[in-house]
Amino acid sequence: MIPAAFDYVRAGSAEEAISLVGEYGEDAKLLAGGHSLLPLMKLRLAQPSVLIDIGRITDLSYIRDAGDHIAIGALTRHMDVETSSVLAEHVPLLASAASYVGDSQVRHRGTIGGSIAHADPASDLPATTLALGATYVVQGPNGTREIAAKDFYIGFLESALEADEMITEIRVPKMGGAGWNFQKFNRRAQDWAIVGVAAWRNGTSAGVGLVNMGSTPILATQVAEAIAAGASIEDAAELAVADAEPQADLNASVEYRGHLAKTLVRRALTASTQ
Amino acid sequence: MQISVTVNGTTHESDVEPRTLLVHYVRENLGLTGTNVGCDTSSCGACTLHLNGEAVKSCTVLAVQADGQDVATIESLAVDGVLHPMQQAFMENHGLQCGFCTPGMVMACIGLLNENPDPTEAEVRYGLEGNLCRCTGYHNIVKSVLAAAATANAVSAS
Repeated sequence: MIPAAFDYVRAGSAEEAISLVGEYGEDAKLLAGGHSLLPLMKLRLAQPSVLIDIGRITDLSYIRDAGDHIAIGALTRHMDVETSSVLAEHVPLLASAASYVGDSQVRHRGTIGGSIAHADPASDLPATTLALGATYVVQGPNGTREIAAKDFYIGFLESALEADEMITEIRVPKMGGAGWNFQKFNRRAQDWAIVGVAAWRNGTSAGVGLVNMGSTPILATQVAEAIAAGASIEDAAELAVADAEPQADLNASVEYRGHLAKTLVRRALTASTQ
Repeated sequence: MQISVTVNGTTHESDVEPRTLLVHYVRENLGLTGTNVGCDTSSCGACTLHLNGEAVKSCTVLAVQADGQDVATIESLAVDGVLHPMQQAFMENHGLQCGFCTPGMVMACIGLLNENPDPTEAEVRYGLEGNLCRCTGYHNIVKSVLAAAATANAVSAS
């Protein structure tokens, strides 16, 4: 399978990339690791007329301790998130979730910013950063702005990112020793989750993100509220579907997805409560 | 578009369409047909080669993304008829049956040991989750990787 023809330009900085998007308009797409975009282009589900390659903007690949949070450059690859000692210490849930993305070859190319900008409800990192209360820094022609993860995901593959903006940084609060767990239920190791759960808990505070339980990544707010109100894990997990809108596909019916979500939330919260 | 790619130590200047996939570039422009196209959907790993020393699926990389970079394919491994230790380990441990997945599998296995020279069996299986063998010969492939690691570690210890 070969993509439809397109023009290719390489940007040396975020400013240059944004200016090129302005120049080429809405038919241009940013290319980072390419592991979401190129498969869509090969299937001709996406046919941008111009690809703006941002993959060589090396100063957007970093993981830094920024005091109360960890700052991750948008072009940081999944493999670097997975193996980061800074994340292992302060945000181990995110490092663990990154280890479940695709396979090692995919993790050598795919980037955290690309995954989030693609806004796929079935991807692991959007739901995980949502559970962790992350903030995304985006840059546009008029400067930068911050978008809370909970305000970012609007619809299927649709986000609050404007056409002439790009994500430059992901800010994830430090977990402060909270318990955590990532659950991914799939048929083959490298597949997308049929249902996935990213969870953390620190006493009565908890965050739960759901993978592939609706048209966007889902924040299971009612589960966290139940934990805060003193509910048992079993009772809180029964609310796993309350904020979700699961859909049926070849892998699972709506009912089965609901069953999986409750079971995986229960397992993830149990593992987070040690 | 004009690109310059170093493949197996030789730098090639080529004129390619931007949509040319890296796997098609090495197979069709350079005639290096050891790298196979399997699923063509970044699932099976048959097209695995090394880009700047790391295993990648070349059906999901554009040739223009490899401009100025270093690529190594399965053809780079054996020197003067002497097999690479990983190829030797596959041969001795019956790590291949039909052989279709083998070039990608071998390149993935070498990449795995570059990153983790002394893996456990579980780590080998995790590291190879991006490579499918339709003969389901996984047991002997894992055995081959562990044998290659043991040989390399014995050599470096002596």
